[in-house]
Amino acid sequence: MADFPDSTIDRKTLLTQLFPNPENYLLLAGLAGTAKDSAAWTQEADNLITLGGAMGAAVSMGLGMALSAPDRQVAVMTGDGELLMNAGVLATVASVMPDNLTIVCVDNGQHGETGGQPGHTSRRTDLAKMAEGAGIPSVMTISSPDEIPAAAKFLTDTPAPRFLCARVMPGAPTVYKRNWDLAECRLIFKRAFSAR
Amino acid sequence: MSTALSQQDWSKRIFDKLAGAGVTLFSYVPDFGNSVLVEMADEDNRTRTVLLSSEQEGVALCAGADLVGGRGVLLMQSSGVGNVPNMLSLIQGGRFPMLMIVTMRGEYGEQNPWQYPMGQAVVPVLEAMGVQCIRVERDDELDQAVDSAISASYVAGQGVALILTQKFLGAKAF
Repeated sequence: MADFPDSTIDRKTLLTQLFPNPENYLLLAGLAGTAKDSAAWTQEADNLITLGGAMGAAVSMGLGMALSAPDRQVAVMTGDGELLMNAGVLATVASVMPDNLTIVCVDNGQHGETGGQPGHTSRRTDLAKMAEGAGIPSVMTISSPDEIPAAAKFLTDTPAPRFLCARVMPGAPTVYKRNWDLAECRLIFKRAFSAR
Repeated sequence: MSTALSQQDWSKRIFDKLAGAGVTLFSYVPDFGNSVLVEMADEDNRTRTVLLSSEQEGVALCAGADLVGGRGVLLMQSSGVGNVPNMLSLIQGGRFPMLMIVTMRGEYGEQNPWQYPMGQAVVPVLEAMGVQCIRVERDDELDQAVDSAISASYVAGQGVALILTQKFLGAKAF
């Protein structure tokens, strides 16, 4: 674990391979890198909310969506730093057991947005084990591009709630200038949701 | 009315109004003050409870529910208010409706000194983050306060805290 990151996954091409049909999901991305990757991946589709602050909110928000829209699939993209700021949510998810919630943690072992300072997962912390310990029934870790097809299958075929820890190479997320007006994004998302 | 009977009574009045307003998710960190309300939300088939690890989760959870047309409420003790401020950025920035019910410690009649710092900071902290506080001190204020809180949050889209004071709840005896 000392030599993390041991990954050879490029985060910029990860999500498009994990989710071949993003339109089938309600998508939520936590702040910083995962928000940029998700916005670029879907070109800010109206089934995606990206956060620019409120660090730690992503999984909790996804849980609120999943419980209030039980007939829809919800996928949350979060970073290792963001998740650790609200790691107790893993226990909350496991207590409630939503059968329509998928969590993907893009784990780069660092705080990319603030200059790439090392995070806990670059040392001794294993988020997949934390998810498992919290009681999430389906948990998987990948660190090589060869494992991505199996991970995509994991995201559709295993019992939810499910947690994928994708350990990625360090490096910048996708460059994308997204809409930072959350009030506007909320209305766009809500209108599109009601129209479906 | 004994304290236990009275908690049954006011909890039922709050629950009926919330459930009647279409609130389905009751997220909470356990407190004696919200315990009966949580039991009612557990037992009613229109509503469900979500036990949180930290109060901050509840703010984001309620925002997520709103995105898909649902309504959630966050129940917590006053000490939990200290865990939510940054998450309230969501509410201001996204103009999400938000209703929290805070059962107070650290004021009128409190014997535990550890409760005072956060108890006294509840209203300034919430107001600093744009949340309007509606205080309930007497039983005859409750119904109108709950109606006002429901109107301001779910109808007008504001961040609102219904503060059930220790004068209303009765102080915990040690």
